[in-house]
Amino acid sequence: MSVLVYAESWNGRFRKSTFEAVSYAYRTSEILETDVIAVSLEEVLDEELNKLSAYGASNIISIPNVNKGDNQAASKVIADLSDSANVLVFSNTLTSKMIAPRLSIKLNAACITNVISITESDSICVSRKSFSSKAIEVTESNTEKTIICIAPNSFGVIEHAVDCNIEISDFSEKGSISFKGQETASGKISISEAEIVVSAGRGLKDPENWGMIEELADLLGAATACSKPVSDIGWRPHSEHVGQTGKAVAADLYIAIGISGAIQHLAGVNSSKVMVAINTDPEAPFFKAADYGIVGDAFEVIPKLIEEIKKIKN
Amino acid sequence: MNILVCISSVPDTTSKINFTDNNTKFDSNGIQFVINPYDEFGLTKAMMIKESTGGKVTIITVGNATVEPVMRKTLAIGADYAVRVNMSAIDSFSTATEIANYIQENNFDLIIAGRESSDYNGGVVPGMIAEILGLPFVNACIDMEIDGDDVKLIREIDGGKEMISVNLPIIIGSQKGLVEESELRIPNMRGIMQSRSKPLTVIEPISTMLHTNTISFDKPEEKGICKLVDADNVSELVNLLQNEAKVI
Ligand SMILES: Cc1cc2nc3c(=O)[nH]c(=O)nc-3n(C[C@H](O)[C@H](O)[C@H](O)COP(=O)(O)OP(=O)(O)OC[C@H]3O[C@@H](n4cnc5c(N)ncnc54)[C@H](O)[C@@H]3O)c2cc1C
Ligand SMILES: Nc1ncnc2c1ncn2[C@@H]1O[C@H](COP(=O)(O)O)[C@@H](O)[C@H]1O
Repeated sequence: MSVLVYAESWNGRFRKSTFEAVSYAYRTSEILETDVIAVSLEEVLDEELNKLSAYGASNIISIPNVNKGDNQAASKVIADLSDSANVLVFSNTLTSKMIAPRLSIKLNAACITNVISITESDSICVSRKSFSSKAIEVTESNTEKTIICIAPNSFGVIEHAVDCNIEISDFSEKGSISFKGQETASGKISISEAEIVVSAGRGLKDPENWGMIEELADLLGAATACSKPVSDIGWRPHSEHVGQTGKAVAADLYIAIGISGAIQHLAGVNSSKVMVAINTDPEAPFFKAADYGIVGDAFEVIPKLIEEIKKIKN
Repeated sequence: MNILVCISSVPDTTSKINFTDNNTKFDSNGIQFVINPYDEFGLTKAMMIKESTGGKVTIITVGNATVEPVMRKTLAIGADYAVRVNMSAIDSFSTATEIANYIQENNFDLIIAGRESSDYNGGVVPGMIAEILGLPFVNACIDMEIDGDDVKLIREIDGGKEMISVNLPIIIGSQKGLVEESELRIPNMRGIMQSRSKPLTVIEPISTMLHTNTISFDKPEEKGICKLVDADNVSELVNLLQNEAKVI
């Protein structure tokens, strides 16, 4: 028996969500009294692969010739490595959600996504977010093997250094999709993984006014996000739209500026630990969901907030 | 072109969610059901393809009779046929098995599902269908151009986008961007009249295997009261975030 974790990389690097998945896999392996095999796709240098052992991965298998978006090849190679694995752990990313369901069919394994808790025993039973975070579902697996995709920032990154063995596989099969290139906004912090998210809504009135939002986000090392109407009218890119029909946020701190707090918006952000609302309208529904609030004009409050943050950062 | 759109019927996004039977079942009392928002983008895209290249659009829903009003709405928007698999969709694997079986018996060039259903939030049904049928799968599509058998797709990736080319038949996961919000179709009077005479076929499920069981539902803990800070005292907010909440 073992626990297998897919260690997703981005341009040769792992991110926090990967280390979180490995930490989760390690904790599960303790409960099942076994060890962790980490599988990495695409080219990743040994030095980077080694980092996985800091979170409990003792066997690391690197498969440099498989593109992670090639879900046919990726699911095949992971299935080939899964003979001994009873639990397979993924991060809940867009790419994982192409690989994991395929793998689920190949292995006849339940695939449970959005998971926020660890199982207590080898009969797998976990909590997951459902109804756009308006509910938590406790679900159990009926199958011998189970695939678990964990929601970002749900478990945390826990260091546990172990000795590791790195193996490079020459698997090079390809599926029928061809890749013609990528465009990535380099340096940007991913909204779904960010610890702090600074988000603004229609209350900002004009796309020109986002300078102060970006400045505040930069100071806090935060990702920027927006409400749906703001991306619909093109003030901000679609990729920043958060809420029930946009990206899900589960940050330590979510700052909502000029956002009314409609139910669809809150559904996607209320898994955040601490929420702050800044709004001119004391009746804005966001104040019912927030932990801290300021009733005031963003154009006065945000510049002051920037000054105060600068003070503590220096 | 023969297109299948997988439609899940979900509670309206403004719904307050409750559970019954000792918190084991969703309480649909007083809930308005709608086309899953992600599937709406896919349905509109299917209509556009049909209008530009010809063909027909079938929609399929796995669910009991209560999903039929939502299926009628897709017919009113312009789908040609509707198929309901007569079974409550309580598990992704069984849902995917039924849809895949229908696809196997009826040839489709293009299968469109949503990126995720806004009730179950699994995001796995389309990938499972793809694997059962051995089809290529591209999720979170934000652009698609079809030229003969050749499909050019753009998919969202974490922090950017990826350009892809692939041949039909395929299955894709749709979301905003595949068509714009402003292009979404709503039923008009003529569509509603026509939808009444369009075929809605009910078929029986072929399998009863489940991969998962729901034990119970809970609601997240209610938040405490919001601490309000005076707009002239922004430093206090920073103090609270730093020393009380310890998040900065
Ligand atoms: C099917 C469906 C899905 C949806 N999905 C989403 C989703 O995923 N995400 C989402 O965000 N929305 C979603 N919505 C839309 C949602 O219902 C709201 O319309 C939207 O969230 C409102 O955005 P907003 O708060 O930016 O704008 P508004 O509601 O216009 O609120 C602006 C706020 O700014 C405040 N304000 C004005 N001036 C200032 C100032 N100078 N300083 C400070 N505050 C100020 C106002 O008091 C007000 O509260 C969805 C709607 C539907 C129907
Ligand atoms: N009961 C269902 N009937 C038809 N299609 C479904 C059903 N459930 C899910 N789907 C399709 O699969 C997509 C992803 O759903 P899910 O995996 O449940 O998040 C949805 O957007 C639909 O296109």
